[in-house]
Amino acid sequence: MTAKAQQPSGSRYEIRFSGSGGQGLITAAVIFAEAAGVYGGKYVCQTQSYGPEARGGKSRAEVVISDQPIDYPKAMELDLLLAMNQAACDAYFYDLQPNGLLVADSSLVEQFPTSRIIAIPFTEIARNEIGKAVVANMVALGAMGVLSGQVAVEHLEHSLLSRIPPGTEDMNRKALYRGVEEGSRINIDTLPRALMSDDYDM
Amino acid sequence: MSDLNGTRQLLQGNEAVVHGALAAGCRFFAGYPITPASEIAELFSILLPACDGTFIQMEDEIAGMGAVIGASLAGVKAMTATSGPGFSLMQENLGFACCAEVPCVIANVMRGGPSTGLPTSPAQGDVQMARWGTHGDHPIIVLALSSVIDSFTITAKAFNLSEKYRVPVILLSDEVVAHTRECVELPSTDEIRVVDRIRPSVPPDWYTPYEGDARGVPPMASFGDGYRHHVTGLIHDKQGFPTQNSSEIEAFHLRLAHKITRGFPEIQMSREFFLDDAEVAVIAYGSVARSSLRAVQDARKNGIKAGLLQLITLFPFPRGYVSPLLSQCRAVLVPEMNMGQISREVHRVNQTECRIVKHNRIDGQFITPTEIYKQLIKL
Repeated sequence: MTAKAQQPSGSRYEIRFSGSGGQGLITAAVIFAEAAGVYGGKYVCQTQSYGPEARGGKSRAEVVISDQPIDYPKAMELDLLLAMNQAACDAYFYDLQPNGLLVADSSLVEQFPTSRIIAIPFTEIARNEIGKAVVANMVALGAMGVLSGQVAVEHLEHSLLSRIPPGTEDMNRKALYRGVEEGSRINIDTLPRALMSDDYDM
Repeated sequence: MSDLNGTRQLLQGNEAVVHGALAAGCRFFAGYPITPASEIAELFSILLPACDGTFIQMEDEIAGMGAVIGASLAGVKAMTATSGPGFSLMQENLGFACCAEVPCVIANVMRGGPSTGLPTSPAQGDVQMARWGTHGDHPIIVLALSSVIDSFTITAKAFNLSEKYRVPVILLSDEVVAHTRECVELPSTDEIRVVDRIRPSVPPDWYTPYEGDARGVPPMASFGDGYRHHVTGLIHDKQGFPTQNSSEIEAFHLRLAHKITRGFPEIQMSREFFLDDAEVAVIAYGSVARSSLRAVQDARKNGIKAGLLQLITLFPFPRGYVSPLLSQCRAVLVPEMNMGQISREVHRVNQTECRIVKHNRIDGQFITPTEIYKQLIKL
């Protein structure tokens, strides 16, 4: 018994959420994938890698989105990278494609490897405006959703509400929409066109 | 069975294994948690009690495998799940299941080995062990999973084969397949073909528990049905009692081997991609088949007539698909996350001039499409 299949390789959009364990990056990636896949109708693959620690240690989660079935499930050339600490920013910046987007938590990332960066203080916003630093991932999720253009905000909200502990809905929803607001404020066209300065005049 | 079947949902490979098992009628799980297989036990512990099934966390994997055999002998479809270290512990009881022809499914979500090895990095190092881990000549079926939907459908298929041939079926998953979440729509219950073991139709006094039917598979009575019979790991006669009679010993071995040989056309499963006019091909399985598909498509874009044969059945080795491909192609590439455990099988069945090239990765990293592509263009 054998099945014959011919799959065209469609366009992929690749996102990585990176930082340290305990920042909720895998949760954010799962919610993103569910929003784009279950509610948005796209093909998605969500993967992760993390150390044995519950907190601390490197953590990263990826989402690949496509209109076609996805063969290789992990990211090859990132379109969008979220760095929630300096180590992640330094380690993964080079995995971005030349006109990819780097989004960094400016509360925790101090040295920017490029001027094509979107710096938003996710953790400070979460701590000072929402009341809990732990929802920084949801603020970031909102911004990532808008900046990717791959997912509808209401789908993110839908997915978010189905995956968080009961009683935390208001706080998480508020965090998500605060992130959406920050993301919407960014005009990508005003950023340098490429990550590396050599490519400015291409 | 989950009421979410038929709707789009985001699932991990490990979770899909559970849904596939339940869809096939599995109602018993016993095991011991280990990464990267733990999610299988975790979800079973939630879903089995909800459908009158039984979940037991045992003291170790030896006991887990023992409980699975007991449940199956009592008439319940049963499985366990583990990773390499636990799979090592299960080998003794697995041999018992092969010898006593107890249907059961064992999912081994591979991580780097040997010993405690590499928790939790992807690897495919248990391929030959899945075939030959337990001692003595024995029949066994080994299937490889490559995606979330596979984890559902192939798991269900594993139960069907196990019931039909009264043989343990090993599901080989790996860390990438197990933990990748994909959006899938699982088929509803009535769309899934379920095969149950043949039960004796004769009165209890006439029952010969180890006499094969036309396919070589004996009808199987459940403990408690009134069909009193003896089950042993010693080589046994048709009545199920130990024998030292050489003609009975040979007949036992041959029946066990032949029941699988007769079913081989149905048991060997694969998928073909771009093979019709292929001059070079990749033979891959599990998560690496996905990297390979990407690489093959990239090669096609650059004018290379490349194809992919994805093996679903690893043992009995699907030579029915591999051999013709070796006649067709000038070279094949066998990428694996081990030192070459399936490439040796490809060599074994090769009777042509076809060149067989290995690509092995044993550093705990997933093989990328780029690596495969670079090898492919050199073939």
